[in-house]
Amino acid sequence: MEPLRRPLSPCSSRPSSPRSPPCETSVSVGIEAVLDQLKIKAMKMGFEFNIMVVGQSGLGKSTMVNTLFKSKVWKSSLPGLATPTPQTLQLHSVTHVIEEKGVKLKLTVTDTPGFGDQINNDKCLRPLDIEFLQRLCRTVNVVPVIARADSLTIEEREAFRSRIQEDLRNHCIDVYPQKCFDEDINDRILNSKIRERIPFAVVGADREHLVNGRCVLGRKTKWGIVEVENMAHCEFPLLRDLLIRSHLQDLKDITHNVHYENYRVVRLNESHLLPRGPGWVNLAPASTQQLTTPAPLKVRRRVQEDPKDEF
Amino acid sequence: MAVSEESQHLLFHSHVAFRTASMPSEVCEVEERKRENIRSLSMCGHVGFESLPDQLVNRSIQQGFCFNILCVGETGIGKSTLINTLFNTNFEEHEASHFCPNVRLRAQTYELQESNVRLKLTIVNTVGFGDQINKEESYQPIVDYIDAQFEAYLQEELKIKRSLFNYHDSRIHVCLYFIAPTGHSLKTLDLLTMKNLDSKVNIIPVIAKADTISSELQKFKIKLMSELVCNGVQIYQFPTDDDTIAKINAAMNEQLPFAVVGSMDEVKVGNKMVKARQYPWGIVQVENENHCDFVKLREMLICTNMEDLQEQTHIRHYELYRRCKLEEMGFTDVGPENKPVSVQETYEAKRHELHGERQRKEEEMKQMFVQRVKEKEAILKEAERELQAKFEHLKRVHQEERLKLEERRRALEEEMIHFSKRKSSCDIFLNQSFMASGSNIKKDKDRKNPNFM
Repeated sequence: MEPLRRPLSPCSSRPSSPRSPPCETSVSVGIEAVLDQLKIKAMKMGFEFNIMVVGQSGLGKSTMVNTLFKSKVWKSSLPGLATPTPQTLQLHSVTHVIEEKGVKLKLTVTDTPGFGDQINNDKCLRPLDIEFLQRLCRTVNVVPVIARADSLTIEEREAFRSRIQEDLRNHCIDVYPQKCFDEDINDRILNSKIRERIPFAVVGADREHLVNGRCVLGRKTKWGIVEVENMAHCEFPLLRDLLIRSHLQDLKDITHNVHYENYRVVRLNESHLLPRGPGWVNLAPASTQQLTTPAPLKVRRRVQEDPKDEF
Repeated sequence: MAVSEESQHLLFHSHVAFRTASMPSEVCEVEERKRENIRSLSMCGHVGFESLPDQLVNRSIQQGFCFNILCVGETGIGKSTLINTLFNTNFEEHEASHFCPNVRLRAQTYELQESNVRLKLTIVNTVGFGDQINKEESYQPIVDYIDAQFEAYLQEELKIKRSLFNYHDSRIHVCLYFIAPTGHSLKTLDLLTMKNLDSKVNIIPVIAKADTISSELQKFKIKLMSELVCNGVQIYQFPTDDDTIAKINAAMNEQLPFAVVGSMDEVKVGNKMVKARQYPWGIVQVENENHCDFVKLREMLICTNMEDLQEQTHIRHYELYRRCKLEEMGFTDVGPENKPVSVQETYEAKRHELHGERQRKEEEMKQMFVQRVKEKEAILKEAERELQAKFEHLKRVHQEERLKLEERRRALEEEMIHFSKRKSSCDIFLNQSFMASGSNIKKDKDRKNPNFM
């Protein structure tokens, strides 16, 4: 715990050091009820989550997002498909509200068409990718994913994964879950298991098929049906569990407490310099209709601790 | 702890304010979404984010909770006893004296644990409240203390490198105001104090030592509430916008102020040991709802609304303080011509202004310094001149004296010469006479010589 501060004035004193070890209240006082209060409030307010997907077009990003949230987040054929790839980078966001058992989630998915096409990391990570990943990891939680894993055999998949892991290690790219934020031994054990399997090899599918009498999400090929939620076929369940079922809150906490704070420090220190320092990527502004989140590098009018401007 | 803060940051977003009494929250949300061009999607399967509230709760459990209570009331009215009873723990408190020259506040922090919930509880008591003869300024130390906690938080928030997520929040979440059970009306001191505190903290008034009034209790409560309302004192209202707790909160709002009795002593009633106060004529049971409102207070304060109290402190009282403070410092959101002004611009402008100010001051000081030096020089020069004049004068006087002395010496020498001339001519004359006269004159001469010489 942070050390408590010195008294501010002779008459008013800040709390002194805590007394004996925590007292157990013998009869229930009702402090526990605060957890329910929290839950009620959380259910009422709803949750927010913002994801950005980066990668080559055609890899199945949209399908993946659709599979993750089991809904048509993206229309499967984007209207601009016939147009040539935009020369400059653009951000394209959609926001939806989905609800499950009374829990409302406001989901924002941001796509980056035009960038991914310069990535070609079939074999390994190239310098551009390394550079890109290094910078990204400093600003945001990055979860790398092997897409279209149905074109790799299990052995190829493992080999590819080892290569990627080695590359990441060699270049000190700290992907999520970051080692330095493991709080205790339980966290470390849990996260180590995840770190061993990163990047997850995933397959996305939004069609259902009949397999052994069960209705499953999968991709139908001539040689069989790739079941998305079958751990033997691909690691989609791991990704889904990581992102949604277990670590969603943690992702948000790290973004808020670490990435945003870092940005804030840098920004406040540079307040006398131009807003755009050297090396910042010049992103073309997205159309106002589509963009619900502010373009990350636009000059902010308010440097306030206003959470709605964060994402 | 920083739980409510956390929740704030993660959950509090572009929704409209909580307590718009006119519209139900559902309608607000839908309209909000329409405005933001957000679709509601339906899912065709189980995704699994229903665990989100649990993830949040787990996080909060890890961090622990923080709750700060301020007890304001006269010495001996039962503040410490009530707190002990509320949390079922004997916090060490020794009795305060009645002879304090002014009101002080004493804060103690304790760590409580109930199953897996850790609570950092801070109790702040007033010492010497209502004991002075002149009670005009009694409320001031309390207001100052509350402001000091807000200030500490604001300072942390404004730091460049800050750690809000493990900041020990010391802002007062609730103020239990203890009203003496006179049965008549509010004392002026109470009214004045509450009026000064209602915009800074959530106030829950309680009637202390309620076992001293029973039949007149209802009338007393009504009188108190009407006085508070008449004088525009804003006490804390238990929130009624959430369906699950709206009904009970509304009912409790009607029962304010709670008439409480505190006791850590146990008395056997029936076949149980209960907390009670034993009198010759009967036993007042603390947890008996027919006897007093203690259970209601505990329900409302801890079980139902602890979270809301923290939230209100942060989004209403602290925000008000923050706004006033920043405006005092010269920050505004809207500049001249109603154009929005960023904090950065204001900051830059202020920096510039202060820089100019500093330069001006430097100039001033320089000028003053030069001036002083000149003055000093002039004074010294003047002194020098005076000395010189004196020196000249003395020299002249000395010269004159010397001349005079020269004169007198010459005069004296002349006299000596004159005298020796006369002496030698006398001698010659006497010698001549002696030669002529013989030895008689010699005897006369011998006789005369000693006289002469």
